Amino acid sequence: MKGVSIIGVGLTKFGEHWNAGFRELISEAAGKAITDAHVDGQDVQAIFGGCMASGRLLGQEHIGALIADQLGMNPVASTRLEAACASGGVALRAGIMAVASGAYDVVAVGGAEKMTEVSTEEASTALGGAGDQEWELFNGATFPALYALMARRHMQEYGTSEEQMAACAVKNHANAVNNEFARYRKAVTIADVMKSGYIASPLKLLDCSPITDGAATVILCSSEKAKKYCDTPVEIIASGQASDTLALAQRTTLTEMKATKEAARQAYTQAKIQAKDVDFAEVHDCFTIAEVMATEDLGFFEKGKGGPAAAAGETALNAKVSINASGGLKAKGHPVGATGIAQAVEATLQLQQRAGKRQVSNAEIGLTHNVGGSGATCVVHVYKRL
Amino acid sequence: MKNATPLIWRNSAARYNLAGNHCETCGKDYFPERVVCPTCRRRGKLSAKQMPTDGKIYSFTHVHAAPAGFEHETPYYIAIVELENGVHLLTQLVDSPAEKVKIGTNVKMCFRRIFEDGKEGLIAYGFKFKVV
Repeated sequence: MKGVSIIGVGLTKFGEHWNAGFRELISEAAGKAITDAHVDGQDVQAIFGGCMASGRLLGQEHIGALIADQLGMNPVASTRLEAACASGGVALRAGIMAVASGAYDVVAVGGAEKMTEVSTEEASTALGGAGDQEWELFNGATFPALYALMARRHMQEYGTSEEQMAACAVKNHANAVNNEFARYRKAVTIADVMKSGYIASPLKLLDCSPITDGAATVILCSSEKAKKYCDTPVEIIASGQASDTLALAQRTTLTEMKATKEAARQAYTQAKIQAKDVDFAEVHDCFTIAEVMATEDLGFFEKGKGGPAAAAGETALNAKVSINASGGLKAKGHPVGATGIAQAVEATLQLQQRAGKRQVSNAEIGLTHNVGGSGATCVVHVYKRL
Repeated sequence: MKNATPLIWRNSAARYNLAGNHCETCGKDYFPERVVCPTCRRRGKLSAKQMPTDGKIYSFTHVHAAPAGFEHETPYYIAIVELENGVHLLTQLVDSPAEKVKIGTNVKMCFRRIFEDGKEGLIAYGFKFKVV
C-alpha cells in the first residue's frame, strides 16, 4: 500500500447559509482546497463525497454526479458515500484506499450538508435515519434521547456529573472563539450550560451540537508525489473503521462505543503509536457525553475518568491532550456529512502550524474520530507531517 | 413517518405481543427477531419465541424536544428496559410517577397508541412500559 498525504484543504464557514445552497457550499470548499494544494483541475483523478441526508433535507440524491458537474470536473469518476454523521470519515477512508492502492495519484474528498432549508423538526426526523428507524425512532426516540440514555448510564456507573459534561461544552466554545470558520465564536460558562434547559434529560440545549450548513474538502496525493505540489504535506499514517449494532438497545454496554475502541485499535496498530503519543484530537462531540466517552474509548483517559478529566481542564488547548481545538461539533457546528472532512482539515492546519490562536504547540501527531449515529459506525485517522 | 402502513402492519405481532425469536444453537433470545443469529450466523437455528413482558429500567431520559408525530406528548419518558430474559429494548414509559422512574425500577408492558400517521393514516399501536 502506498503512503497517502493531504496536500490541500478547504472549508466554508459553518453556520446558517441562507444565501448559499448545497452547490455553492461544495464549490467554495473544493475551490479553496484545489487552490491550497496547487493542483490543476485536470490533476484530480477521482472524487469522493460524504453526505448523509440530502434526499430528506433537499430532495436531492445523486450527489456524486452533482459535485463533479458543479466543479466542472466531468467526466472524472465521482462517488457519494453515506454513513450517517460519519459520511465524511468513510469518504476520506475511501479516498485513502483509492490512492493507497495505486489506482490514482490525486483525488479530492469532500463532505457537505445543507441542513437549514427545512424546519428543525424535519431536520431532526432526517437525522433520526442514523438510528434504528423501525424499532427505536418509531417509538419516539430522538438522537438527543439516545445519547441521554448513554449519559444516564455513565452517570450511574461512574458518577459522571452534568457539570463535568458541561465542561466539554465550555471548553469547546472557548476554542471556537479563535476559529474563524466556527459557528458559535462565543464563550459560555458552566452556569450557562446548566440553565440551558433540557432537550432530553440529562442533556441540555448547550450539551448538543447545532444543526448547521457547511462543506469541507481535502486533496489527497500519494506521499511519493505529494511534495511536487505542496511543501508541507500531512501524511495520514492510519485509517481504522468499525461497526456496531444499529439499535442502541442492543449494545452490551451504553458507557463505551465498541466501534470507537476497535477503530482506534486498528489505527494505533497501523501507526505504531499508543494513545499517549497523540498530541491533539478532533473527537465526535455531537453531544458532550460523546466527548467524554470518546476520550475514554480512544485511550486518553481510563473508563469513567473522562468527565473528571474534562472538568479538571486536562482536555483544554495545550493541556494533557488538546481535544477539539477547532471548537468541535459543539461550537464549530455539525453539518453532518461535512464533519469528518472538517476534522481532517483541522488536523492538517494544526500540523502545518496554520491554526492561529488555537494552534496546539508542538503538534506532531493528530487524531480524528468520526461517529455515525449512536456509534454504529466509527472511523479513526492518525496524521503527522510527511 | 408518512405512508407507514406496511411498516406498522408487518410488525404487528412484535409490536403488540413482544414476539421475538431464539437461537437454538447458542441459546440467545432476540427482540426484535433477527433473520440471522449474529453470533452463530449460518450455523444458527432461529425459532419463534415470546419475550417476557416484565423487566426493569436499564436507562431512561425525559424527552422535551420531540420528533414529528410525538409533539403533543412532551415531555415523555424514553427508556431502555431489560426484560427478565436479559433482552434490552427501547420503549416509552407511561403512567409512571416521576419519583419512581429510576434505573432498576420494575416495569411491565402495556398496550398503547404510539402515533398517528397523519390525519387520515393508520394509527400505530404497540408496546409501552409502565412502572409496576
